[in-house]
Amino acid sequence: MAENNEKTTMSRRRFIKNSSYVAGGAIGGGVLGTVLGRNLLNDNQGTAPKESSGDSSQNFNRALMYFTREKDFNILSQATERIFPEDDNGPGAIALGVPFFIDHQLAGAYGHNDREYMQGPFYPGSDFQGYQTRLKRHEVFDVGIQAMDRESQKEFDASFEELEGEQQDQILKKLQDGDVELKGVTSSTFFELLRSATIEGAYSDPLYGGNGNMEGWMMKEFPGNYMSYIDEIGEEEFITKEPKALRAHISTQ
Amino acid sequence: MATELEKVEIVTVGVGWTGGIIAAELAKEGAQVVGLERGKGRSTEDFQHIHDEYRYAIRYELMQDLSRETITFRNHRDERALPMRQLGSFLLGEGLGGAGVHWNGQTWRFLPYDLEIKSKTDERYGENKLGDDYTLQDWGISYDELEPYFYQFEKTAGISGEENPKGAPRNNPYPTPPMKETPITQRFKDAANSLNLNPFHIPSGNLSETYENPDGETINQCQYCGFCERFGCEYGAKSTPNMTVIPTALGTDNFELRMHSNVTELMYDGDTVTGVRYTDLQTGEEFIQPADIVVLTSYVMNNVRLLLNSGIGRPYDPETRSGVIGKNYCYQILPGANGFFEEEKFNTYMGAGSLGAAVDDYNGDNFDHSDVDFIHGGVAAITQTGQRPINNNTVPNDTPNWGAEFKSQSIKYYHRVLAVGAQGASIPHRNNYLSLDPDYKDIFGQPLLRMTYDYTEQDRKLHNYLSEKCAEIVREMGADNVEPREISDHYNIVPYQTTHNTGGVIMGADPDTSAVNNYLQMWDVDNLFVVGASAFAHNGGYNPTGTVGALAYRAAEGIKKFREENGQLVQGKRSSKQV
Repeated sequence: MAENNEKTTMSRRRFIKNSSYVAGGAIGGGVLGTVLGRNLLNDNQGTAPKESSGDSSQNFNRALMYFTREKDFNILSQATERIFPEDDNGPGAIALGVPFFIDHQLAGAYGHNDREYMQGPFYPGSDFQGYQTRLKRHEVFDVGIQAMDRESQKEFDASFEELEGEQQDQILKKLQDGDVELKGVTSSTFFELLRSATIEGAYSDPLYGGNGNMEGWMMKEFPGNYMSYIDEIGEEEFITKEPKALRAHISTQ
Repeated sequence: MATELEKVEIVTVGVGWTGGIIAAELAKEGAQVVGLERGKGRSTEDFQHIHDEYRYAIRYELMQDLSRETITFRNHRDERALPMRQLGSFLLGEGLGGAGVHWNGQTWRFLPYDLEIKSKTDERYGENKLGDDYTLQDWGISYDELEPYFYQFEKTAGISGEENPKGAPRNNPYPTPPMKETPITQRFKDAANSLNLNPFHIPSGNLSETYENPDGETINQCQYCGFCERFGCEYGAKSTPNMTVIPTALGTDNFELRMHSNVTELMYDGDTVTGVRYTDLQTGEEFIQPADIVVLTSYVMNNVRLLLNSGIGRPYDPETRSGVIGKNYCYQILPGANGFFEEEKFNTYMGAGSLGAAVDDYNGDNFDHSDVDFIHGGVAAITQTGQRPINNNTVPNDTPNWGAEFKSQSIKYYHRVLAVGAQGASIPHRNNYLSLDPDYKDIFGQPLLRMTYDYTEQDRKLHNYLSEKCAEIVREMGADNVEPREISDHYNIVPYQTTHNTGGVIMGADPDTSAVNNYLQMWDVDNLFVVGASAFAHNGGYNPTGTVGALAYRAAEGIKKFREENGQLVQGKRSSKQV
């Protein structure tokens, strides 16, 4: 096994000590300049937000692989925004591309539980025995999103998309508490999938379609993919670094 | 119809740390060894794009594909066990090198107290301090007997460390010096010193400097990139079987490695094991590989399951307390305390899997247990393993886990939380055990392993004690707000805790109460060795791999002896006190 020639691929180390992010280049206008102040939900085709980068080229990746109805996608989008809202720190789930991240994940191995044990028989199980539904994750999202809208009609006589933020939160809280009747799965199972997928979309490498322009990482001051901190790990002060995604690590194109 | 292959001398079931060590040691002796590994091959070149938290740490790319096989789980015997449908509490490895690829590298020696825990506890605190339900046993080997094997593993892996004043005594220093001191480890040490504790750097399998081991394999210097646990190392700077024993075995020309080879049965004639049955997962073809010696070197779960599915050994029955296979399944508890710092930020995104500092003052029998109603303890440590953003969203206890407050608090504290955690020893209980599931099957139609496990009173008391000790250290470190961890009502299979599962094929001196002797040779089947943490008679207060490595070298020596002498290598001491 050739194990020893990896160091030649190490990227050049770049870091900015104790500084805020420098505007320009791949970082665009930074978090505040491009994201805050825009009415995200009404911007461009209902809920589909523009990229938060200054790059004006089209992102063909921001289209639907899984969802068939835009209404379902819009409900999902608004729910993720309540879970991870835009605030003084920076963009929320929609501007980061989280709804597209979830859509794309549901279309693949994650959504179809490819690496999970899905043989029956199925029983509800205790709180300590974990995921026990016969539904795959994409089906759980289907029934969960339908139930959100049904519950909104029941409680507020309006679609989930039309509710005020706090009303949406009430519906989400009910789901989280397991108080909404879903077919084949508990509403708390659905909510936990939705909640964790939202966080995953906010902070995963931008190659998956979320964490738009690495702004999830920038809010958290996580620098992403650096090859070495050996010369900095002994430093007393906090070191802020320009983030790098895996895209910067591929050498072929 | 299975194709019967030509007989070989030794076959190992699984090629991770234990299979790799057995293969390297025996192939160097000139024995013909075949390693059957059901996963795929991988090496450092496969890890060039490893800095991907989502793919590896969240979706578990390097871990076991549960669609083929999982375990079932229940807390109590009167409950219906249900499949662990997705990974959570622990992360089973899969593929060449096994969990040895994505481990953190923290490499300890269990304490002399651990190996003779029953005798030493009775001696100091009187007979049966915990009561009859705790099935505490000696391991059938003393620390002094095991010491050279610990060192052999440390030399192979190049472990970086320094003297631990309260640890197991060493005859030699570590092969390489400890990892770097950081502001975080220094602050822990300062606090520990002012509390009159004895801090030191965690012994590490991420190496402080480039190292060539006695077999001529080179491990590189760690770069502290912060992607270690759940990941492979793109530098070849983490000690893994793939960097050490596997290339050593392959270099002898006496070792043949067969990938995608899933063993489904040990061929047993009631007296000896004649070989193994396996399926090539890529072609679906079934083979029988005859062998003089079979070495079971898969993870704890499959070591137990293969024995039970092959009808080898006496299954443990918690009702009658008879039998041994599946007995003394143990885990660990994870007490600790989170410290929130309002004014300071730390470079917690940098790190390495074994970077950290620890104290052993609350481990084993290093403190007097006369006035407490539990035994043992655990190592208390601060680690700087590289906090990645999806998995690290620690917020104060009263914070909701979604919404505006969650977002702002999780961002605020991302670099402002330091935690001290303990690995609490797990003491065996008669009701915690492994057996075959009556309902659920794997892709071959064979019964899954069923785990019956819950926390004990001992666990709860130890947890409270250690969490408070950890909180004292975090307070001394200057945290503005300190929150000790609490233990849940029952053991939960969902949230990640630790991949330190042990027991089920335990070692001991008495064939009535243990499954293997102190060479890890089955008492009931002379030519079958069962190697791994499955041999632990209880789980100690450390990461287990250092002790697993030592036991694998001990087993390798046993196999060498067996090639000369045949028969049982150890005279069993039957007490028949507990049958």
